Amino acid sequence: METPELTKKRIADYIKEGKRFDGRKLDEFRDLKIELGISKNAEGSARVRLGKTEVMVGVKMDVMEPYADSPNEGVLSSAAELLPMSSDRFESGPPSFESIEIGRLVDRGIRESKFVDFGKLCIKEGEKVWSIMIDEYSINDAGNLLDAAVIGAIAALMDTKIPKYDEEKEKVEFGEWTTKKLTLAKAIPITMTFYKVGGKIILDPITEEEDASEAKLTLSISDYNGKKYITAAQKGNDVGLTIEETERMFEIAEEQYEILAEKFNKAFEKAVKEKKAE
Amino acid sequence: MSKYTKRFDGRKLDETRKIKIELDIIPNADGSALFAFGDTIAMAAVYGPKQLHPQHMQNPQKGLLRVKYDMMSFSVTERKRPGPNRRGTEISKVSEWALADVVDLDNYPNTVVDVHIMIPQANASTRVAGINAAVLALARAGVPMKEMCAAVSIGKLDKTLVVDVIKEEEDYEEGEGATDIAMVFSSRTKKVLLLQLDGKITSEELKEALQLGVKTCDKLNEQMKEALKKLNNGGEN
Repeated sequence: METPELTKKRIADYIKEGKRFDGRKLDEFRDLKIELGISKNAEGSARVRLGKTEVMVGVKMDVMEPYADSPNEGVLSSAAELLPMSSDRFESGPPSFESIEIGRLVDRGIRESKFVDFGKLCIKEGEKVWSIMIDEYSINDAGNLLDAAVIGAIAALMDTKIPKYDEEKEKVEFGEWTTKKLTLAKAIPITMTFYKVGGKIILDPITEEEDASEAKLTLSISDYNGKKYITAAQKGNDVGLTIEETERMFEIAEEQYEILAEKFNKAFEKAVKEKKAE
Repeated sequence: MSKYTKRFDGRKLDETRKIKIELDIIPNADGSALFAFGDTIAMAAVYGPKQLHPQHMQNPQKGLLRVKYDMMSFSVTERKRPGPNRRGTEISKVSEWALADVVDLDNYPNTVVDVHIMIPQANASTRVAGINAAVLALARAGVPMKEMCAAVSIGKLDKTLVVDVIKEEEDYEEGEGATDIAMVFSSRTKKVLLLQLDGKITSEELKEALQLGVKTCDKLNEQMKEALKKLNNGGEN
């Protein structure tokens, strides 16, 4: 489903006037819905719906040797798959650049913000630590898969219970869990990707808006004792941004942090209630 | 008061390592260049514009730019396994995006310009060294360009901003630790063509870092132009 040139032009013109087809403000995210514990063999899992965009994210854990330069810290990895079922634009085969980009940006947003306390994941210094493996899957691509994937990863981590570990046999008892959860920071790391369309800057585009865009900038922000810090950034696509546009995006990101963190927390609390009610 | 006041290698805060530029280093290539920031060395070769195969990948509106970045296994302290990896794929793509904005392939439909970047020796800031080598190679290949561009890494060590980050600085852990920022600016229009960072930086500090990057890239552009002019005037390489 290619977006016709005429539609792209209409979208750009509309946005130039500060309007969007679905009536949202330029910096407004779509409705967010989170479900937790959507896959029972996962240590933690979540389904995220951002408007019609849907992703499923799961966390699996295992015990392994730590990296040589951090002998008493757990490890984290993230990978994304853009499933052909989620859009006729995705084909089966080796990971596309888009999927590699999402996997890496989810990783960096979480890792650099120090959201996970890796020190608490050490079992035996220099020998055994917990490894956290996050996998993100696109279920329906209606735009902004990356930001949705990050929300899913954070929710899945917050849903994660540490599996039982048999110290004697030195084996993880998959399928059996302790009541222990991951030690996580209170502040939610938020990732938002800015798109330049029709000379204006928008957040949370639908597919057609993505297609009409010229350039994008992903920023990951976190809150440290009330002060906002950018912990990861990546500019994408082959059209340059002016320095003014780039700086404006930094400013909007700081402003939007509270709004998005609040949106996440509301959706997450609702998900927790719904999970308990089951 | 920031914890990082003197740089590990004694450089000034806004000083790059010694720049080395060598042009036409690969005779088979249509254009090639070596660019080094101190002991971080990048080599780039350009082949094209040439017919793009398979045909279905061709763009009838303009030529395609394809950039591949990789590191030689022995370039880093812990051997890098040969073959594409995710980091290399990402760097290839962001480099391609940056360079695609300055080349002008409107008059070369159905063609491709291949840019190969290899790192034989690494001490951080490899992707920016690679892009500088690539833009020189593109110029030597005679690929039409709207303007040039230059790349540099800016670091924030605790609260201090520095230019051209080395590995020791990347690993800095005091105070707020190290934030590593890669930037590419177009030479004339001063647009941001590449921006990547990992670390912990406020938006105010990031704006300062951008300004530091623009200033440094202006100087780099001058050096690259000089090197190209020297060769065009039949001078020594």
